Amino acid sequence: MNHRDKHNQEADELRRLLQDTVPPVGEARSRRDLWPLVVRRIEQASMRVAPRVPWFDWALLGAAAAALLLFPALLPALLYHL
Amino acid sequence: MNVLERFAAGEVEAFESLFRQHQREVYGWIVRIVRDGGTAEDLTVEAFWRLYQKRDRLDPRGNCAAWLRRVATNLAIDHLRRRRPEAALTAEPAGPQAADRVERQQARAAIRSAFDGLSPKLRTVVQLVLIEEEPYARVAESLGISQSAVKLRVFRATRILRKKLRNEGVWP
Repeated sequence: MNHRDKHNQEADELRRLLQDTVPPVGEARSRRDLWPLVVRRIEQASMRVAPRVPWFDWALLGAAAAALLLFPALLPALLYHL
Repeated sequence: MNVLERFAAGEVEAFESLFRQHQREVYGWIVRIVRDGGTAEDLTVEAFWRLYQKRDRLDPRGNCAAWLRRVATNLAIDHLRRRRPEAALTAEPAGPQAADRVERQQARAAIRSAFDGLSPKLRTVVQLVLIEEEPYARVAESLGISQSAVKLRVFRATRILRKKLRNEGVWP
């Protein structure tokens, strides 16, 4: 028996031992319809998307920041109104 | 316009068609690697979710089945990485052939332990090539590596397994 034959024989023996201990799954089918789960996954992801901040809010924030930079004395008044 | 083109164009019905067309194969492929039906279902859903996310960048002439199998394999390997090794179940022996049964159970426990001890990448090729007897070409495609690389991984895995089994007295 040459080296290659011995190697193949060992590989077959290992395959047999493995298949005996961890049997092949073969053709398996899911017991339920997974499509509703895929749809739910898509819906969950779309709900998790951060809400868009309207441009007007950004403009207001910018104006407030600019006003505070130009007139720092307005800060107490702003804090009072918050 | 084929299903993939319609899906890439944003048709939900086309996505469902693609799902119905490939879900069995994707699930079957994942369950061969993770060996757990519930986990395979979760990962199948995840694989199709990834396909849905990629719809804008999808090549309508591409091989959707191969792409899904690749994603499924990566998800399954990631799952094996996260999962802690399972404790081998052993039953108490009884009856006249108890000693023989104990020996067989010990051998099986040693093989199972050696198999579970492999890295997720090596375990996946052992599972697919040696246990499920999938063709090298298919395994290589699903892992995104060459057939030679798959053969090398099988070689490395069998060497590790033989060494461990020899230490346990299971391998001559």
